[in-house]
Amino acid sequence: MKITLKIKRYNGEKDAQSYFQEFTLEAQPEDRLLDALLAVKTKMDDTLAFRKSCAHGICGSDAMVVNGVERLACKTLIRDVVTAESALITVEPLRSLPVQRDLMVRQDAFFEKFRAVKPFLINDEPAGGRERPQSPEERARFDDTTNCILCAACYSSCPVLRDKDPRFIGPAAIVNAARFLFDSRDRGFAQRLPMLDHEDGVWPCENHFNCTRVCPRGIKVTKNINATKAQIKTFREKDGS
Amino acid sequence: MKHQFDAIIVGAGGAGLYAALEASRTAKTAVLSKLYPIRSHTGTAQGGIGAALGSVEEDRPEWHCFDTVKGGDYLTDQKAAQILVEDAVEAVYHLENLGLPFSRTPDGKIDQRRFGGHTRNFGEAPVKRACYAADRTGHMILQTLYQQCIKNGVRFFDEFHVLEALIDGDRCNGVVALELATGEIHTFHSKATFFATGGFGRIFKTTSNAYANTGDGPAVLARAGVPMEDMEFFQFHPTGIYRMGILITEAVRGEGGILRNRAGEPFMERYAPKLKDLAPRDMISRAIIDELRKGSGIRGDGKIDDYVYLDATHIGREAIDKKLPDIAGFCRTYLGVDPADKPIPVQPTAHYAMGGIPTDLWGRVVRNAKGDVYEGLYAAGECACVSVHGANRLGTNSLVDIIVYGKRAGTDIARYVRDADFGPLPETADDRARAGVKALVTGTRGKPRGEITARMQETMMELVGVYRAADEMKAAIAALRTLRGEYREVRVADTGKGFNTELLEVLELGNLLDIAWMTALAAANRTESRGAHSRVDFPERDDTNWLKHSMIRLVGDGYEIGYKDVDISLYPPKPRVY
Repeated sequence: MKITLKIKRYNGEKDAQSYFQEFTLEAQPEDRLLDALLAVKTKMDDTLAFRKSCAHGICGSDAMVVNGVERLACKTLIRDVVTAESALITVEPLRSLPVQRDLMVRQDAFFEKFRAVKPFLINDEPAGGRERPQSPEERARFDDTTNCILCAACYSSCPVLRDKDPRFIGPAAIVNAARFLFDSRDRGFAQRLPMLDHEDGVWPCENHFNCTRVCPRGIKVTKNINATKAQIKTFREKDGS
Repeated sequence: MKHQFDAIIVGAGGAGLYAALEASRTAKTAVLSKLYPIRSHTGTAQGGIGAALGSVEEDRPEWHCFDTVKGGDYLTDQKAAQILVEDAVEAVYHLENLGLPFSRTPDGKIDQRRFGGHTRNFGEAPVKRACYAADRTGHMILQTLYQQCIKNGVRFFDEFHVLEALIDGDRCNGVVALELATGEIHTFHSKATFFATGGFGRIFKTTSNAYANTGDGPAVLARAGVPMEDMEFFQFHPTGIYRMGILITEAVRGEGGILRNRAGEPFMERYAPKLKDLAPRDMISRAIIDELRKGSGIRGDGKIDDYVYLDATHIGREAIDKKLPDIAGFCRTYLGVDPADKPIPVQPTAHYAMGGIPTDLWGRVVRNAKGDVYEGLYAAGECACVSVHGANRLGTNSLVDIIVYGKRAGTDIARYVRDADFGPLPETADDRARAGVKALVTGTRGKPRGEITARMQETMMELVGVYRAADEMKAAIAALRTLRGEYREVRVADTGKGFNTELLEVLELGNLLDIAWMTALAAANRTESRGAHSRVDFPERDDTNWLKHSMIRLVGDGYEIGYKDVDISLYPPKPRVY
């Protein structure tokens, strides 16, 4: 089938502003969008810039906005994004992060917010050369959050970050805090609290559910954010503050 | 721009991050990665990490050691394997202590499952040795190590592509790298340099490997005169998704999945009566190709691009969702198939390089057959060859390798840099790298790089694949010589400085071509069948002449091949039956 990719382009070395460029090419319905982008790059325009690596939805390199929705290009089949009426696919870089070139965005702010929640196990108790026991039920409690590949699709989809509060730490950082808050082995709640229980912490989230809808790993992001809010509230009640 | 660090870690997968963690305790350490670190290919490892914890049934490191040696068809260096399996136990507990969320047994221990070639009591029956975190064990290892590096404030240079190793005689003084964001060339002056750049499956057309797996470390070092060990041994994983090569973990068979041909027959019973579908990967890959060739593939046309079924329908939806959720997701996304309802179409896919940069037991790079090492030069993980995998790697042992030898190298780097001085570094250190990049943007364009890539990958797939023959490999070597010639005329169309991904891909292709060439040459040279190297014209293993590692060295436009002894100090070679 013939498809047309309408790709948002920008190269700071020569473009004053971004613009759309269309490429029409042959593709199979079961091809990945990444395959189509690679075909454009190797056969039509070598200057097209985007990231890629594992090509099957695990490394998080190729998140972008496809027909207005955040997706991984390698996990999006052509048949998922064309319709009977239209074989036009609009491809844009992620939102709320500065564009570097074409479909590549600068992820420093995203990773800074991730780092800020102390996304690592905090527990200084000696383990005695063995594992710290954890029941399957305790393990299951945070399983969902461990799926995160830090692709930033949720961050891009968040209307709060885009329209209201760019300092909001965003869904991925909270999910990665929840990853440890709900891990029975972790003792770091108090250390993470100042970052989470903050005006730019968990509270700006307005439950739009965009993050949950776009997560390529199926994480119930909003649910995790709300569970984190609830945990903070419970702590406050106990603490009497 | 120039930088100076005690230790430079090139590559940010499991081996690189673990080494960085260890080295950074005492040494000023920087990690260079051509990706964002968290994108490394370690994250795609699925099924498990092998360690004789004995959580669910009796197990012992010596059984793991024997399996590793036998699985490697006795090309495994046995003391290296012994260290691997003994350190594995401690390393897995350490990872758990660092936060790795392993799947658990009902009584709270790290759960374990079966994997191919792992047995109890020296081959008696399969044993549950693979510690796992659902089917995203590698993802969890990568995340955990990255988290710990953040905790410890490790310095990262993201999206820096290594161009050259600054080797002066028998000493390494650092690397030259290209910064993707700016196109600027940086010199990193170091006391110790560690390569953990991963594999090079992208020399083949059908591969489970990431686009980033282009053999940068081995290629850069080979061009600096470092010999490459056992390049002929490249593993094909039996179960890649048909036509795409996306990996379907061996854990599917570990949980009871069965390979079936077009008659529905569980054909592995005929090839490995004792271990059946849990035989090592080389044997299963050959068995599948044999089935396809005799017309028992699902299409039944006798062509080797036919496929077989991996049947997991009897495992049950609940177990699949709990233990193999990502696999179920891949099948739904890419095949429109639910593995609980229908079998998965699979075919062998290029997966893992057993060979690479030769190292000693501390990850120090070896420069000759005698085992002399370079000063200040280290490697570990898939880019390296300490030879724990020998001629065929057992499933789960890649993760064990990066953890054990990544950590050991990091420890030795910390020790080494305490007393070592910086070597001399001339002002002109980056001249050659600079000239190389400049040459790619000036002059008339020759053949398009895409065409060269495609021909290289098809050549390797068709002529240097699961089964090999002299005339086919000779044709491959000739084709690769031509392609390497054409590569010299490749020029980039994109002459921009910042985020020039075309330039990056051209540089990667240059690395792949050198690696493919060494692989084909080493394969043609070894006139026996052993592990993953299977010759139709020399079907037997030949311990008399070939119980030795090959060491191929690039010399100008040519090459030379030497040999290194195999350490067989623990288990004398025996016929390999399962």
